[in-house]
Amino acid sequence: MDKFTTLVSRAIPLPIEDVDTDQIIPARFLKATKREGFGDNLFRDWRYNNDGSPKADFPLNDARFSGQILIGGKNFGSGSSREHAGWAIYDYGLRVVVSSFFADIFKGNCLNLGILPIQVSEEFLQTIFKAIEEDNETEFRVDLEAQEFEIVKTGEKVSFDIDPYKKNNLINGYDDIDYIRSISDKIEAYEKNATRFYV
Amino acid sequence: MTVKKTLFEKLWEAHVVDSVNEKTDIIYIDRHFIHEVTSPVAFLGIENRGVGVFRPNQTVATPDHNVPTKDQHLPIQEALSRNQVETLTANCEKHGVSLYGLGHPFHGVVHIVGPELGLTLPGTTIVCGDSHTSTHGAFGSIAFGIGTSQVESVFATQCLLLAKPKTMKIEVNGTLDKGVTAKDIILYIISKISSSGGTGYFVEYTGSAITSLSMEERMTICNMSIEMGARGGMIAPDQTTFDYINGREFAPKGEKWEEAVAHWKTLKSDEGASFDKELVFDASDIAPMVTYGTNPGMGVGVDSNVPTLDQIDADTKPTFQKSLNYMGFEQGEKLIGKQVNWVFLGSCTNGRIEDLRQFAGFVKGKKKADNVNALLVPGSKQVEKQAKAEGIDKILAEAGFELREPGCSSCLAMNEDKVPAGEYCVSTSNRNFEGRQGPGARTILASPLTAAAVAVSGKIVDVRDMLD
Ligand code: SF4
Repeated sequence: MDKFTTLVSRAIPLPIEDVDTDQIIPARFLKATKREGFGDNLFRDWRYNNDGSPKADFPLNDARFSGQILIGGKNFGSGSSREHAGWAIYDYGLRVVVSSFFADIFKGNCLNLGILPIQVSEEFLQTIFKAIEEDNETEFRVDLEAQEFEIVKTGEKVSFDIDPYKKNNLINGYDDIDYIRSISDKIEAYEKNATRFYV
Repeated sequence: MTVKKTLFEKLWEAHVVDSVNEKTDIIYIDRHFIHEVTSPVAFLGIENRGVGVFRPNQTVATPDHNVPTKDQHLPIQEALSRNQVETLTANCEKHGVSLYGLGHPFHGVVHIVGPELGLTLPGTTIVCGDSHTSTHGAFGSIAFGIGTSQVESVFATQCLLLAKPKTMKIEVNGTLDKGVTAKDIILYIISKISSSGGTGYFVEYTGSAITSLSMEERMTICNMSIEMGARGGMIAPDQTTFDYINGREFAPKGEKWEEAVAHWKTLKSDEGASFDKELVFDASDIAPMVTYGTNPGMGVGVDSNVPTLDQIDADTKPTFQKSLNYMGFEQGEKLIGKQVNWVFLGSCTNGRIEDLRQFAGFVKGKKKADNVNALLVPGSKQVEKQAKAEGIDKILAEAGFELREPGCSSCLAMNEDKVPAGEYCVSTSNRNFEGRQGPGARTILASPLTAAAVAVSGKIVDVRDMLD
């Protein structure tokens, strides 16, 4: 996993609520057997017309917006557990997703992939959307160590929560599996002692 | 005084291998189900690490999402689907994992296969790279969907690093009106608490309206826990559970069975155990449900109208309007009488034998409406076999329907079973997201009984008006 420490970037606003994983990556693109290449189909049906031409008014196609941060409406990432949604976001080049609420599995998947999900209050989310609306080149600063998200121009700052273990993983580029494998003796001890009727 | 615990807490604690911090534990996984869509990258992952599957005998695979539901004896036509299914086969062979492939008597939708083979047992932890793994919670197990990185973690270690969720109790008491089913209970609950109302929680369902349900009905309820955002849902095991499991292919046998049942009988929340959130509903308030929008929380009793804008919270108005535009509905509009040209019966929510029996029981002696295209898909080979043994296929054929072969089918339309753009489909599946049943398709979620009534009427109807 790639390390994540700080990021200063512009952001792409997606002020839609309940963005579900079927919109992030429609099911028909789940037929790959490798992790790469999903970015092209991120938000496929919102991003392209049926004939494959880009929809001009969709934020990802709007030349005014760019950056490695996606700002989504409330309840972002609901629906399926498919990690393809995270791969698509990552492969597109995004590293941070901000919303006022995330679906659980989606959030967990992001952290496992090296995408930082930042939950802010609904009020601050609206402040962010407004900041981009007023100046689409406005930059944001993410500091994972300090757990801070800042609107650079105005200096408005909020702190965000993250599990300390996951934070450490992101900063160092470790993943869960490295850690769990290091305690395999405990796993085997567990297997010996547990009540198990299926083996 | 001993601390009172919920069933969820007891099972969680029984599976902790190690703790990382107060919030995060390493949990042992008893059973791992895999399918073709979310496993290939995880197999690549363990190969890159140079490790194999740690406990292949606790892992079971079946291809379901991509498979055609006709002519399964022939090679899969669509190249990408064929490749994913073949990749699963190759990976299972290489890593010693049992595979119930196309044509195998145990093949089917993963969440139908586990329970019917007795692989799903009370008190266990069960995961699959698929959100509807919550289905298995109906047996009193901790069952939940995981991402592909986590599939890789279970392959490599049989463990997952997890933050402990909060607990919620949903109690449903009383008796259901005729024509109202388990599917309506869960659609009703989700309509009340919204598609995000369960986020962060693991739900336990209790109450007389729940404990009186059959195992298959309980699975329908737990299956859709994820549609309120919950990690999973569970129902404490009881005699209904034990009777269902007894004698199934991989269920414990003989002395081990006695021992298992004795243990399973102890699996319940302590009297007075506290949950982080508790909700109570009355079964007699529930009507046959339909959805009008593009998330499963947007449901109403079929005899009610689509809500009006002023009934919707200010912050969800944009979503509401966007949904109605997609669905082609007006606010306040009556749903009964709307023409519907597609009906889908199947999926891990309602693709079991009782669902087929209910559908067939209703359409028996009636005829499919001329405007209706119906996709009736058994959840597994075993369900298909049972349906044929009971003559359900004949009843369906006489009414103008055809029973297909098992798979996820039109639930997510990864195979050929797509609903055309702009068409309404009354579907017994679990998701009405935009494009879920095909680009532009408009999904109305409902019970198998409502689906049967729609299939013979060609429009939305209140099934209660058609029962004697
Ligand atoms: S039937 Fe539908 S919800 Fe169930 S596993 Fe298949 S695609 Fe997922």
